[in-house]
Amino acid sequence: MHPAPSVIIFSVLSGAGFGYLAFLGLGISTGTGMTAFWQFGLGIALAVVGLISSTFHLGNPKRALLAFTQWRTSWLSREAWIAVAALLTMGVFAAAAVFLERLVPIVGVLGAALSLGTVFVTSMIYAQMATVPRWNSPLTPAYFLASSVSAGAILSGHIALALTAILLLGIIQLACWWWGDQSFAGRGHSVSSATGLGRGGQVRLFESPHSGTNYLLKEFVFQVARRRADKLRAICIVFFILLPALIILADAGVLAIGLAFGAHLVGTLISRWLFFAQAEHVVQLYYGHQPTLGSGLADGPGQERAAVGSAMGAGS
Amino acid sequence: MTALPQSTERKLGLVIDLDTCVGCHACVISCKGWNTENYGAPLSDMDAYGSEPTGTFLNRVHSFEIEPGCGGTAQTVHFPKSCLHCEDAPCVTVCPTGASYKRAEDGIVLVNEDACIGCGLCAWACPYGAREMDAAAGVMKKCTLCVDRIYNENLPEDDRVPACVRTCPAGARYFGDLGDPGSAVSQLVASRGGFDLMPELGTKPVNKYLPPRPKDRLKAASHPPVPVSQDSKGFFAWLDRALEKI
Repeated sequence: MHPAPSVIIFSVLSGAGFGYLAFLGLGISTGTGMTAFWQFGLGIALAVVGLISSTFHLGNPKRALLAFTQWRTSWLSREAWIAVAALLTMGVFAAAAVFLERLVPIVGVLGAALSLGTVFVTSMIYAQMATVPRWNSPLTPAYFLASSVSAGAILSGHIALALTAILLLGIIQLACWWWGDQSFAGRGHSVSSATGLGRGGQVRLFESPHSGTNYLLKEFVFQVARRRADKLRAICIVFFILLPALIILADAGVLAIGLAFGAHLVGTLISRWLFFAQAEHVVQLYYGHQPTLGSGLADGPGQERAAVGSAMGAGS
Repeated sequence: MTALPQSTERKLGLVIDLDTCVGCHACVISCKGWNTENYGAPLSDMDAYGSEPTGTFLNRVHSFEIEPGCGGTAQTVHFPKSCLHCEDAPCVTVCPTGASYKRAEDGIVLVNEDACIGCGLCAWACPYGAREMDAAAGVMKKCTLCVDRIYNENLPEDDRVPACVRTCPAGARYFGDLGDPGSAVSQLVASRGGFDLMPELGTKPVNKYLPPRPKDRLKAASHPPVPVSQDSKGFFAWLDRALEKI
């Protein structure tokens, strides 16, 4: 899948923002007065900047309000509702904390639930896609929630909780990669099954329907070269898991927390880029790309494909 | 509402004969022509005269090669692909605005372009690559089954079929009600063993594909063919010798 920067920034920033708001709502290291102003300001700013960024990939953002209408069937519509509900509830909780210097637990707990609910609903937009085997799993909501909760835990400065969340995130991230790499071939999708022509023998693409590129190829047939992906995964684990954990173990000051959060944010960006870039859509079968078991990569005619993938990766 | 109808009165769709299709792409072009001039935003082209042209199409013809496992010659199959108007269309239910819908009366899946925000989620949900975002209009385009032709009483009756079906010079495309077991298309599907694309995804496509018929196998020739110009008698032998001397 095409790793659209606006969607990656959205899910990374709003994930961190809602994660932090959840901790603030539960009263974990939540201050009052000016402290609360900066704390809630950060959480709400991250969430809102992320949500605004998500509208940049729309073809017609002027009609975005219509996205509130189909909550009965569409996870994207549900996301619009729950994000607004979470921000409004946390807004009330924040106003009471800043101006009245009071924490109202009922509002806070409700806001925390809605904040994590928003992250869950976002993840379901991806997890529901039967067309993208790598995403179509309960690991996807687990990954989004763990990523968001660990960002929130780091920002809240609660060392024990942060370390636990980061450890859990590391395990879930590795599980996502391990399972995801075999998900496509594991489902039994192939060029033969997609075309229904397998009974006659071995099926391969003879000629593409168009000589140039098109929307489908740009959006769904993005490929990352294997070597590049392995390196990125290693870098991701360093920033996503190891650095934040080591920094907060060494020091729990405001500066250390800022550094740990910065490292975690970089790690989340890499992880989310891989989440999209390595996701394979079944439509690529009609273009002759068929991932093999355990490769995690769409490799048609071997080396040639990998070279194309590497060029595409470099161009992004 | 983007909830799918419980059932539809009719199931209008296409039957595509993979045995007959010659891969001429006439259906692709007639589709682009009709749907650029009629329903909804035109199907735009980007950089049309430049080095990297791209464009929106609602129908595309892939070509595959089948190599038989037990030897014999490979077979080329041309494979037109457009929206299959699925009964359980995943593209419809993911739409956040209600722009995508399936009609209860005839089962056609359509996009109300005035409500489309261009989020692209429906194209993600479609396994078949049947939806393409138009780069100029920023709205999702898909096959309408030429909804503005099939009910259009201003057109002669012969023309009240989708443009791709009307234009196909090989007669490889059929249009009709696949919900009626007595219809010509349903009987064709039954007699030729028509099949669904990616049935494992549970989309229940209405459009059906007819498999290529098994090819005749030629018996090994009893006399190997002989080149014809090796006899050295008469006028041609003289001509051959004369030419040799020049």
